[in-house]
Amino acid sequence: MKIVFRLAWRNLWRQPRRTWLTTGAMIFANMLLVFMISLQFGMYSLMIDNALQVFTGHMQVQAPLYNDEKKMRQTVPNIVPLANAIREELQSDKVAARGWAFALASSDDRSFGIGIYGVEPEFENNVSNIPGLTSLGRYLGDNDAAEIVMGSVLARNLHVEVGDEITLMGSGVDGSFAAAVVNIVGIFDSGVTDIDRNIAEIPLGFFQDTFFMEGAGHQVVVFGDGLAAVPELKSRVQSVLPGDSDLVMLDWDALQPGLKQAIQADMSSAFFMYFVLVILVSFSVLNTQLMSVLERTREFGIVMALGLKPGKLGRLVILETAMMGLLGVVLGVAAGALVTAWFTTNGLAFPGMDEMAAKFNLPARMYPQINALTLLAGPITVFIFTMLASIYPAVRLHWQNPVDAMRVA
Amino acid sequence: MSAVRCVDLCKTYRQGDQDIKALDHVSIEIDKGGFVCLSAPSGGGKTTLLNAIGGLDIPDSGEVYVDGQRIDNLSKGDLADLRLRQIGFVFQAYNLIPVLTAQENVEFVMQVQGVATSERNEKAKEILKEVGLEGLENRRPAEMSGGQQQRVAVARAVASRPALILADEPTANLDSKTSDGLMELFTELNENHSSTFIIASHDQRVMNYAKRLVRMLDGRIVEDIDQRAA
Repeated sequence: MKIVFRLAWRNLWRQPRRTWLTTGAMIFANMLLVFMISLQFGMYSLMIDNALQVFTGHMQVQAPLYNDEKKMRQTVPNIVPLANAIREELQSDKVAARGWAFALASSDDRSFGIGIYGVEPEFENNVSNIPGLTSLGRYLGDNDAAEIVMGSVLARNLHVEVGDEITLMGSGVDGSFAAAVVNIVGIFDSGVTDIDRNIAEIPLGFFQDTFFMEGAGHQVVVFGDGLAAVPELKSRVQSVLPGDSDLVMLDWDALQPGLKQAIQADMSSAFFMYFVLVILVSFSVLNTQLMSVLERTREFGIVMALGLKPGKLGRLVILETAMMGLLGVVLGVAAGALVTAWFTTNGLAFPGMDEMAAKFNLPARMYPQINALTLLAGPITVFIFTMLASIYPAVRLHWQNPVDAMRVA
Repeated sequence: MSAVRCVDLCKTYRQGDQDIKALDHVSIEIDKGGFVCLSAPSGGGKTTLLNAIGGLDIPDSGEVYVDGQRIDNLSKGDLADLRLRQIGFVFQAYNLIPVLTAQENVEFVMQVQGVATSERNEKAKEILKEVGLEGLENRRPAEMSGGQQQRVAVARAVASRPALILADEPTANLDSKTSDGLMELFTELNENHSSTFIIASHDQRVMNYAKRLVRMLDGRIVEDIDQRAA
């Protein structure tokens, strides 16, 4: 090992307590960053999965501009054969066709304007958690049956129960009058009031008959093996789309821009807090290195007198800081990984979280998501700022005169 | 050619309201292989002259030549290079690097010079043996006596065979026996390696060992004696 490395390492341990205090601050900050970022990413993943599992999916095939305008006539023709072809291409059942319409739902004594999804009962539970949230009655069965499931708030507002009949009135795809009488087979409770008050689902075949869709629908929802696989998913789905069609593929962040914005806003505030933490640690390092340089002024004067250039001395100070920083990164990442790994297995729960999570069909515990990014992003930032903090003490040596330095007691 | 030549050096320090003339039109020429003692009472200017010769301090006026090269107008970096390659320093307070062992202290300058590991290792061991510190190579300064530390400092100064060795009060912290030992070592190194020694000291023993004695007072040379002739 070069003498300079040995010198730097031994210099670090001249004041072991001070070095450990500073390194300890780095280890703690790194550990905290690893855990918090992992937990945050785990939470985002849960938020995204939960939001996408209601209706959105990882991606959808739609008619152009349908996502912005939601017009009844912006349809995907022959939607069921297209969904079948996508299922075959992906070798996955996580694909379902849907139609969407507005209608007036009327019970014996009340009427409300609602949104109605026409869904494939056989596949809908693979792309949406609404079937699993059916708390009264059952979910849809036959693709052509005149039956409906609706949100709990809507059922309450209409004063209806499972087994009752309601009337649906709306406009067909061609602008003609559409009407049907449907039997309520189930009531779902998503925990999201807007959905429970405004949404109902009927079988796609029945939807197409009622709204004169002639085999068309409005969206094919696709789920893949996670968000990272979405680009590949899109290219495979693209290969199945009819060559002459102008259908578009929209991924989850185009379909749910609000979700991405909410995550970005949360990330911004969290990363501001992390930045404050990193700055505090950097000042601790700056203080340590500055003290270390000041108390070695005489020694630096000697080595300058021996012929060492201030630049090389500065590099020595930077090397010492790098060693301390690396120690902080290695131990901090190790400690952070251990703590995070434990919570990855056992989860993290707050008092009262169980009931709330159950209401939203979420797991009762939060699980951090550990990967290279969550492990290294924070500690590398701490390391970079630590190195920046060493610049001033190192540069300071450039102004040092050896004779003056050697006069310091 | 002379090892060192100083021409009309002046250096003034400001102390409070007073200007102190540390060097007052000093001119001196020292031959290669010389063994010179600069003697003066405290504040007489000997350390200032030594620092000017070593490129540690820049005179207000005058010229300094080391091995024929004018050095008083060199940049900081060039002066550092000059000290690294041509000058060895021995200080009053030993000034070893406390976290390095005796051998590492001796090797340090050679490493900065870029000497290969095996060569500097061998040289360091050899020179430590020469100064009588065989077996103490792995001791740190705190584990050695003052005399031993000063010998390490000498070993460090001569390890890379500099042409010029400057020593500032090298015996000030040593007892008489150790001082004699050190001066004998200096004499031996001066004769064996033909290095030029300039020693600033007001220790009579050091003056006795010097081949040439230069007495200074209030920043001026007042006496220059060739002791070989005496």
